[in-house]
Amino acid sequence: MKKNNSFDQSPDRSKYPENGPDNKPDIDLSSGKYSKVWQGPNHPGVTGNMSLELTLCGDEIVDAKTHVGYLHRGFEKLFERRLYMQVMPTCLRMCVPESDTNEYCFAEAVEELSGIEAPEKAKWLRMLVLEMSRLQMLLRVVPGQGGAFGLGIGVQWGMYVRELVLDLFEELTGGRVYHMYMLPGGVRGDLPEGFRERAQSVMDEVFRFAERIDNVMFTNSVFKKRAIGTGYIDPSWVDQYGIVGPNARAAGYKRDIRKDHPYLRYDQLDWEVPVLENSDVFTRSRIRWMDMQVTASLIGQILEKMPEKGSFKAPTPNALNWRIPKGETYVKAEASRGEFGYYVVSDGSAYPRRIMLRGPSYTHAIALLERLLIRANIADVGAIMVSLQTCPPEIER
Amino acid sequence: MSKLKDILTPFTAWNNLARDPVTVKDPVNDRPGSARYRGFHQNDIEKCIGCGACESICETGAIRMVPVEGVETKEGDSGLRPEVDYGRCCWCALCVDICSTGSLTMSNEYIWVDEDPEAFTFVPGIDPKPWDKEEKGWKKPEPDYELNIKERVSMPQREAEEREDSFIEIVKGYSREQAIAEADRCIDCGICQATCPAHMDIPDYIRAVREENLEEGFRIMYKTNPLPEVCGRICTHKCEDVCAMGHRGDPIAIRWLKRYIADSVSQENYQQALQQENPQDKDKRVAIIGAGPTGLSAAYYLALMGYTIKIFESQPRAGGMMRYGIPEYRLPYDALDMDIDYILSLGVDIQYNTRVGADVTLDELHENYDSVLIGTGLHAGKSTRIPGTDHKDVHQAIKLLREFSKGNEIPLARRIVIIGGGNVAMDITRTLARLQNQKYGEVHIITTSLETEDVMPADQEEIDEAREEKVTLRPGWGPQKIEIENDQIKGLHVQRCLSVFDENGRFSPKFDEEDQAFFEGDMVVEAIGQGMDISFLSKKVREGLDFTQRGRLMVNDWFQSKQEWLFMGGDIIQGPDVIHGIANGHKAARGIDMYLRGDLRYDEGRNK
Ligand code: SF4
Ligand code: SF4
Ligand code: SF4
Repeated sequence: MKKNNSFDQSPDRSKYPENGPDNKPDIDLSSGKYSKVWQGPNHPGVTGNMSLELTLCGDEIVDAKTHVGYLHRGFEKLFERRLYMQVMPTCLRMCVPESDTNEYCFAEAVEELSGIEAPEKAKWLRMLVLEMSRLQMLLRVVPGQGGAFGLGIGVQWGMYVRELVLDLFEELTGGRVYHMYMLPGGVRGDLPEGFRERAQSVMDEVFRFAERIDNVMFTNSVFKKRAIGTGYIDPSWVDQYGIVGPNARAAGYKRDIRKDHPYLRYDQLDWEVPVLENSDVFTRSRIRWMDMQVTASLIGQILEKMPEKGSFKAPTPNALNWRIPKGETYVKAEASRGEFGYYVVSDGSAYPRRIMLRGPSYTHAIALLERLLIRANIADVGAIMVSLQTCPPEIER
Repeated sequence: MSKLKDILTPFTAWNNLARDPVTVKDPVNDRPGSARYRGFHQNDIEKCIGCGACESICETGAIRMVPVEGVETKEGDSGLRPEVDYGRCCWCALCVDICSTGSLTMSNEYIWVDEDPEAFTFVPGIDPKPWDKEEKGWKKPEPDYELNIKERVSMPQREAEEREDSFIEIVKGYSREQAIAEADRCIDCGICQATCPAHMDIPDYIRAVREENLEEGFRIMYKTNPLPEVCGRICTHKCEDVCAMGHRGDPIAIRWLKRYIADSVSQENYQQALQQENPQDKDKRVAIIGAGPTGLSAAYYLALMGYTIKIFESQPRAGGMMRYGIPEYRLPYDALDMDIDYILSLGVDIQYNTRVGADVTLDELHENYDSVLIGTGLHAGKSTRIPGTDHKDVHQAIKLLREFSKGNEIPLARRIVIIGGGNVAMDITRTLARLQNQKYGEVHIITTSLETEDVMPADQEEIDEAREEKVTLRPGWGPQKIEIENDQIKGLHVQRCLSVFDENGRFSPKFDEEDQAFFEGDMVVEAIGQGMDISFLSKKVREGLDFTQRGRLMVNDWFQSKQEWLFMGGDIIQGPDVIHGIANGHKAARGIDMYLRGDLRYDEGRNK
């Protein structure tokens, strides 16, 4: 695949601004050569509430600056005034589309600090929910990549299948989007009767969907033309920018916390971590498409291997007076976007001293995006953001 | 080829034209919410006790406890109900999961449309909603899912072998860790506080245990109860009967936590812990008859107000029933003395061995003091009056207990039959069992009561422990006659008791004459209750008093009698138990203060 986004292959360097003394492009707006446009915060081509300040030369971007702060809700501060149990229904809001990773990291961190272990059954149920969560996220973002280029049909199909997954969520957790299912000590319910069969038939639907999306997106000359070579991430940037998850795996890095540092019962599941070379929009989209099928198969495995019986919640002290012993911990998990982690500090009281989220969007949607947008065509901005799977709510905690 | 494929393949999407649509026409009716869906709140108003745990856990502040029409405040129920504000609620259902009674649930309803924005703040169960009866929806997950610990921290106790021949205290008391763990279970609802006769600030002192601020806890207790060492051991704990956690599991061990606080402040530190300033002396004098819970409690609060107090006590030591009724293995004298010594140290004067009516008359007290409080309690043992009770080997439990406490020898046969099912019956049973063990090396006691075990008035733990101490309990039998041969008691004839009270709740036992039994014994002890002895009230005083239809003394809310200088409280008015006495004493002290300042008339307080 051609890398047409690297500096050396640029057609005509004279169009672009020289670097100034601070090594940043020196842009003189009064020269008439450049114009400035804002994409966002209200713009269909932006993934969520952030905005991009773009300097254009013609339809090419010569400078990009990201702006966040449009939906700052101060969650991390709020947590300091919440009992540990009360953090649970709040923390998941840090990432709307994939809330369960928040629940998991938080619950696990509290358990670790207080020396409680969730029962075996709860571990499997947690894993199930995490994979279902990944699946519904990928069902949005995989076809969403086509959507960013104007290919709407996959999005509609994807939404349908995702609804089926949400139905499963509703059955299991009582909620469709915010599940509030994992809490320190375990989970809030066992598998409903007949869940396995229903889940399996949804997974079959996922595989059918994957095939169709392969036809309309990945075997589509228009999509290919737009996606291949766009938003290229050089493998050397991966560690430089802290790139994780599918964005790194598309650049040849075989990294997945589920394999590298197995948590829950991932070591008992059988799968290959997808890796590809040449991390551009196409490859990143493709790797998520592969992830989606891996996840569907993992869900099948989990349902098969999960113990039938057993308690799903360990006894925990009175939620209104639960003081967590002094300490700190960092708990991480592989979200669909990559490493997602909670740093929790306890001062021994019933309220957390500090809870901090490490989310992949912080690096992907700020530093990396600013770099990727240079030389990009303005029409590709939305697609590049989608391909990084950025999520502003998770940047602003 | 692949170029052409890339152009043609996307057209496979046209296949979908042949498929049925996947959307549902009427999603609300065709597809109801799942059985676990967290929809709109429902509350079983009858079951809810207004404890407010739901309000406390709600992280969005969506719940507010409000008074509602048709729900009254009563024992064990705050009378408040949760009101939910759907402008704030995030449907986490933590409120449902923590609900003490399980009354709060959610329906599986998806949609609620209303043009009035105020409608979305509502009291579930009170404001009628279409989903009130819906069975489906989020309920507290069962089983083994709890947001609290159901079991109380068990109290370390001496084993039966260790205690059955000694009067050493049975209960050992909580350690620091145990006390904190038990205090952690409290949900801070205050339901107990309303029921406690003394309205002790229970949630506050439990919080003090949790926060290890024991001197603060000590101060909180003394605000309403100057006998915490006593109550921490033998209180009848009405609070625990209504504790919100009792609906879910074991009630909080409130009494043991009180004891833990009291025990952890040493006697030298009472003054410092209580931070009491010397009151300004008032030139009024109050006489108190009886140094039991009522008298001591009143003396304490009156002394703090600066009154000059003198207690007249018929026995050689203070404490009343706490000393002469309750055995040492339940309430060691050391603990009792700690409480009493502190009260007396406030300058309360006490004259022992002085029986009002005999050694000094009530009229004299009236002359010499500005006000008089009677807290004499119930010391006259009642008799079954069955044939044979006039025999010399038939005794009154209350008298035996008193004599034993004084250090006097009491009659002790090899085989004893005890009649009674209350705590006094258990006290004498277990006291005599210990003495039998000491003297004969074995226990031969049969304790029988009219009531069957499920309705016996004695505390369950007393019953269980008596059994452990090898006493034979025979509940559900009515005594008929004491068999006497050659002036020797042979035993007690009983017949099966079918019911104790009639449908109006009046005492009227019914027997099955066919079902008879005989309990062998050489000595019989009656422990069927005590009556009051108010013979010391002169005719003049008596005539100026109000009596209820059943012949009980009548006082107003402040324990003031119709003779306005005369106050009465404790077992002769309410109870009988220690905590009512303490509560009455406290309230009477405030009444006396008002009366002496000229602010209280008999008719002003509602009659009790
Ligand atoms: S927690 Fe339950 S019982 Fe207590 S007030 Fe709320 S609804 Fe009522
Ligand atoms: S569901 Fe959650 S947010 Fe709503 S009232 Fe209950 S505790 Fe509060
Ligand atoms: S002791 Fe029981 S009733 Fe009292 S505040 Fe605690 S939980 Fe509520």
